[in-house]
Amino acid sequence: MPNDSHLSWKVDDIPEPKSETLLDIRDLRTSFYTHDGVVKAVDGVSFAVKRGEILGLVGESGCGKSVTSLSILRLVGQPGKIDGGEILFDGRDLLKLSGKEMTQIRGNRIAMIFQQPQSSLNPVFKIGDQIAEVLGIHKDLSKKAGLARALELLQMVGIPDPERRLSAYPHELSGGMAQRVMIAMGFACVPELLIADEPTTALDVTIQAQILDLMRGMRAKLDTAIILITHDLGVVAEMADRVAVMYAGQIVEEAKTPELFKNPKHPYTQGLIGSIPVLGVLKDELDVIPGNVPNLIGLPPGCRFAPRCRARVAKGLTICTEQIPELKPVGVQHTTRCWLYE
Amino acid sequence: MTTEALPAVKSLAIDKPFNPWRAMLVRLLRNRSAQIGLVILAFLLLVSVGAPIIATHDPIDFSDPNNVTRTPPCIHVLGCPADQPQYLFGLDGNGRDLFSRVVYATQTSLFIGVATVTFGIIVGTVIGALAGYAGGWFDNIIMRFMDVLLAFPSLLLAISLVAVLRPIIIGGGLSPLIPALFAIGFVAIPVYARIVRASVLSIKEQDFVSADRALGVSPARLLFHRILPNALTPLLVQGTLGVATAILDAAALGFLGLGQQPPFPEWGTMLGTERNSVFNAPHLLIFPGLAIMITVLSFNLLGDGLRDALDPRLYR
Repeated sequence: MPNDSHLSWKVDDIPEPKSETLLDIRDLRTSFYTHDGVVKAVDGVSFAVKRGEILGLVGESGCGKSVTSLSILRLVGQPGKIDGGEILFDGRDLLKLSGKEMTQIRGNRIAMIFQQPQSSLNPVFKIGDQIAEVLGIHKDLSKKAGLARALELLQMVGIPDPERRLSAYPHELSGGMAQRVMIAMGFACVPELLIADEPTTALDVTIQAQILDLMRGMRAKLDTAIILITHDLGVVAEMADRVAVMYAGQIVEEAKTPELFKNPKHPYTQGLIGSIPVLGVLKDELDVIPGNVPNLIGLPPGCRFAPRCRARVAKGLTICTEQIPELKPVGVQHTTRCWLYE
Repeated sequence: MTTEALPAVKSLAIDKPFNPWRAMLVRLLRNRSAQIGLVILAFLLLVSVGAPIIATHDPIDFSDPNNVTRTPPCIHVLGCPADQPQYLFGLDGNGRDLFSRVVYATQTSLFIGVATVTFGIIVGTVIGALAGYAGGWFDNIIMRFMDVLLAFPSLLLAISLVAVLRPIIIGGGLSPLIPALFAIGFVAIPVYARIVRASVLSIKEQDFVSADRALGVSPARLLFHRILPNALTPLLVQGTLGVATAILDAAALGFLGLGQQPPFPEWGTMLGTERNSVFNAPHLLIFPGLAIMITVLSFNLLGDGLRDALDPRLYR
């Protein structure tokens, strides 16, 4: 990866994509120690991301997607705590790094963009200065060189009139514009991994498509791997190479995107896909998954989806409420956590 | 077919770059109480800078040649006999020209106000910012200490501080004003610390702080370069109001004989030395008293105006 500062990007600068694993998360556990009890927000999550790959991380609100991503950067705040597991980034366990080493990785080798672009920019600084500051911190660029680079970045992310936008304040930007700035900032140091936490949720649909396009374009140019966190299966279908579905702090199914949509195994995934309205297909009612996401405090033994699972009731399985199933392969590069396939 | 020339398409972007300081100034200048405060303050600044020109006599090294004291004001234009020397505010107990002393004392009071507030703000900001950012036991210890300081009546605390510090500092040959300055600045620290802590507490939970963390901004930089600039507004308002309080405190210490020492002119000290003349020479108390009142009023008006100008909820 071209990590050192270079002021312009050419496609030839980017080396051939390597199929080597960039990020390997093993049995990650993150809990929140609240007054009401221990919330196991992430409970034994394992997945890997290859260089240049887009991994979609899907699930309902509160299933632990965001906590997983914050855990990768070790930014889980009080009262949260990473209890265990390994986060191997380029072969090094991020959980064993010092605070200072971690600061050098954040924004430089792993960047993150957030759901609310406008509130993610510091209101009292001009956006040019904010981008230049990141470059100053990680690439040791002078303010002037940083601003020149910021201008290039704003051009790359398709901001009209970038010279003038450099000295704009965040409140002068629209949501889509602000997200472009966040993306420019995220890609400023040419990170190897970009974590995008619901990057399009706060934007309207036309802007969503533009932002997704932009992220795909940046990936193609810079070979950055992306973890795309979303609850929008449409976004995932369009963007991701591979998808991991999360439910109540665990990954319940993981597969290549076409495979997952064609052949979903886990009843939860099936429910999610069934609940999307399809254009041109008339349905009296959309499929709904009955019930709600369980409270993560004091979970009962057994599969976390069992109480809401139609397949369990239909098949009359009793083991579901007694023991948590393991993630088992059910096809080529396709795993799921369900007793139906034992 | 004739082609009509279309008007040039104007860029939709704003022509002038937005300047937050200018925007604030514009709002401030539209505010009535700020306008009044600023006019008075400008007048006071003019008086203090131009004191050598404005003063009619030397404030210290002068006494009336006729050896009279405490005579009421004598202004020729207003009918004072021309054979008497003109004293705009009359003479004080030592035969010095009161007007010149009141004028020169403006310098002292403004200096005390600004210096002590600067001291209080700098120390209070660092303390409050660290406490708010670090949280936990550190925050608890620091803020409980601040609470203890706030529990003292501030003037009493300042008096005891001066009492303790004076022998040390004056023994060291420094100005007797310094213990008073320190005491007034010191009692103001908890006020600023609390304000900054409260701001930092709320700002550090904002999205842009998480975003900055994710971008690899180090904690110290995050606190002092990214969070604090967002916390300055309430500080600016409180600081302006704080100047008024500091000037009052200084006058009170002076009145008690713990501030500026005679023969140097200071409003509070002037009140204190002449407090027994209320009935036979009221002008000796009226003029310094008025000066204090006007100065304090100007800072209070400006502070209120600033608060209105800076508070987004009050935009009209």
